[in-house]
Amino acid sequence: MSSATATTEPRAYHLPEEPHLHEGHSTMLGFWMYLMSDCLIFAILFATYAVLGGNFAGGPGPKDLFDLPLIALNTAMLLFSSITYGFAMLAMEKNKVSATQGWLFVTLLFGGAFLFIELYEFSHLIHEGAGPWRSAFLSAFFTLVGTHGLHVTFGSIWLITLMVQVAKKGLIPANKRRLMCLSLFWHFLDVIWIGVFTFVYLMGVLR
Amino acid sequence: MTTAQMIFGRLTWDSFPWHEPIVVATFCAVVLGGAALAAALTYFKLWGYLWKEWFTSVDHKKIGIMYMVLGLIMFLRGFADAIMMRLQQALAFNGSEGYLNAHHYDQVFTAHGVIMIFFVAMPFITGLMNYIVPLQIGARDVSFPFLNNFSFWMTTGGAVLVMASLFLGEFAQTGWLAYPPLSGIDYSPATGVDYYIWALQVAGVGTTLSGINLIATIVKMRAPGMSLMKMPVFTWTSLCANVLIVASFPILTATLVLLSLDRYAGTNFFTNDFGGNPMMYVNLIWIWGHPEVYILILPLFGVFSEVTSTFSGKRLFGYTSMVYATCTIMVLSYLVWLHHFFTMGSGASVNSFFGITTMIISIPTGAKLFNWLFTMYRGRIRFELPMMWTVAFMLTFTIGGMTGVMLAVPPADFVLHNSLFLIAHFHNVIIGGVLFGLFAAINYWWPKAFGFKLNVFWGKVSFWCWQVGFWMAFTPLYIMGLMGVTRRMRVFDDPSLQIWFVIAAIGAAIVAAGIGAMLVQFAVSIWKRDELKVEGDPWDGRTLEWATSSPPPEYNFAFTPVVYDADSWADMKKNGYQRPLTGYQPIHMPSSTGSGVILAALATLCGFALIWYIWWLAGLSFIGMIGYAIFHTFNYKRDFYIPVEDVTRTEEERTRILAAGV
Repeated sequence: MSSATATTEPRAYHLPEEPHLHEGHSTMLGFWMYLMSDCLIFAILFATYAVLGGNFAGGPGPKDLFDLPLIALNTAMLLFSSITYGFAMLAMEKNKVSATQGWLFVTLLFGGAFLFIELYEFSHLIHEGAGPWRSAFLSAFFTLVGTHGLHVTFGSIWLITLMVQVAKKGLIPANKRRLMCLSLFWHFLDVIWIGVFTFVYLMGVLR
Repeated sequence: MTTAQMIFGRLTWDSFPWHEPIVVATFCAVVLGGAALAAALTYFKLWGYLWKEWFTSVDHKKIGIMYMVLGLIMFLRGFADAIMMRLQQALAFNGSEGYLNAHHYDQVFTAHGVIMIFFVAMPFITGLMNYIVPLQIGARDVSFPFLNNFSFWMTTGGAVLVMASLFLGEFAQTGWLAYPPLSGIDYSPATGVDYYIWALQVAGVGTTLSGINLIATIVKMRAPGMSLMKMPVFTWTSLCANVLIVASFPILTATLVLLSLDRYAGTNFFTNDFGGNPMMYVNLIWIWGHPEVYILILPLFGVFSEVTSTFSGKRLFGYTSMVYATCTIMVLSYLVWLHHFFTMGSGASVNSFFGITTMIISIPTGAKLFNWLFTMYRGRIRFELPMMWTVAFMLTFTIGGMTGVMLAVPPADFVLHNSLFLIAHFHNVIIGGVLFGLFAAINYWWPKAFGFKLNVFWGKVSFWCWQVGFWMAFTPLYIMGLMGVTRRMRVFDDPSLQIWFVIAAIGAAIVAAGIGAMLVQFAVSIWKRDELKVEGDPWDGRTLEWATSSPPPEYNFAFTPVVYDADSWADMKKNGYQRPLTGYQPIHMPSSTGSGVILAALATLCGFALIWYIWWLAGLSFIGMIGYAIFHTFNYKRDFYIPVEDVTRTEEERTRILAAGV
């Protein structure tokens, strides 16, 4: 049957014109896969916290250590930074360079505030003798929360880099694509933080 | 802290193993060999060529070949370790201590496992996928060509760290998975485990990124008409293997981070005190470790499928079932990890679950074997070298698979666990599956990559040495395992066992002859390449990679192919496809860049500094890495067009060769 059709109408086995895959055709898919691999790293850290989080080794537990109002403030900083990043993306869609840059800068400030509060919390805990070496619970706590914090730090460095690149080149397609990637990254960190806030802080104080 | 410690960390003159004559001799040989190589490269003025045409190349074909070369070099190192162990165990009887002390022997068996898995099998399969997949799907390169180059150099950086441990300090003495608390700072205070951690971390980044890259390539860059169920089987198995890579290597990364925090920062994840739990590590490492063995074998299942169908002159039997079997294995590989430690206290119910899931994997695997057999049935089989390796695989792997099912039965595992039976089993499947598959693939695709076939005589010598040597080396291990001999022993008390170890050592020597014959095969083939020259399609191939010239031009296909069938090239040949001779166009390609080499070198340096506690260097190289990565992103010009004249010249050259061939 197929040979019959082949004789009547020869199949075209190649494209006469070179197809132009647009630049960055795989970037969003690739970046999404990277995020999922990163998500797995967090999954392992959450699992480790779930297994070891009750091992206080005679040391302080969540109830003794966590300052919920401070963490609520911190959470607010990160959530606001996600909203402002969203505003930056809206401005980017309208090709407004200065509005984009402005919102990115606000995002950076919120991110910075988040990191500052986290560092304050960590130094406070260590000062109280509740450092990561004190118990398996604290090892797991510092590693999970600290890894998230490191991600926010690198996200901020990336944000600054992109602001410079937007300033130099404007909102060219390459820069838009990069901003989209960072947007995914930034919101992803927000989602992770919601997990941290619920699972580590809220449930830690409850149990 | 003295000034010397500030500058050199814990690196001192005593870090060099002066007192180990074997290591010193090896070191001298390596230095002399390296110096000779460097001198030759300088004399023939090849550095510039290597740097421009290879090291900085983003061409997936060149990167694929570099991966294969890396795998081959590390294979020789890993095999040297194997020979050392076989010799030690054959000698250390009747009060003899053998020739390796415990400190050295423990490093040898650890290094053997780590090298063979991470720096032999992984580069080999990654190289193979890199070379073949874009050609099979009719693409010009991978989705992220720069990342591909970077991934390769990260893998190489990890290999460099492992090799450095031979001459500077020591390697881990923990076994290839470095279980804590043995791998913790209390019981392994020296550099060994740190070499292990940072070599795997540096290489692991490369592996994860290359997994993402190949998935994106397969998903996004297939030729028009190639729906998922029209992909060649090798591309399918590569896709599944890369999904496994992306979904398992981050687990290894996270687990090793936790272990390094225990060692460097004094945390208590896997310690005996302060609430740490070493079993957590054992679970986590095997949640990565079991998918890892399927990462290794799946692409080779694809190779066997391609080879069987090509050399039987038939379409693959049960294409659809082959795809589903591959996907089933991919999913199931995540549900079996606990079978690696049935004896470590999980209880009967948990053990039953994991025993059953393990046995279930043999069903899709069995389906694959029957598919290959039915492909051969009534086929016009040509017993060329790739087909010989494939038949050898079917026999060897089936036996390895059956001993695997035996080990999957928890009560049997309680007897066989940690014995030489286990060692024989996994060598049976890894050598019989992964290595035989690689040899089939090398013999099959060598003409694709270089334009000439491999010498058949030396290939057959290698083949038979491997078959005889493999069974001679591992049958005694099965027998001794059933008798209860445990793995990783350096000396033995029971003199009646010696004969088995001597037989195994002779087997290893025959395998060595097989490896030697393979190297001779390569050398002879390169020497006589004009006699072995082939045109684009020497095996009467069936898939798209054979549609272009051998070796392919840097742009792979002058025109993007259109696909109507899973065996697209066979379909094209059947329908009298005519290669177009006019209408060439300029072709858009990615540019070479040295950034991958530089970033990976900085990462390797950072790992080295962390191993030796040279904190200033670690900090500096890390900052350098971030800085250079940012600098790299300011380069927006990453591609160029191959001018139409160049395409025309290349294609007309091929037209001439084709005409001369007819």
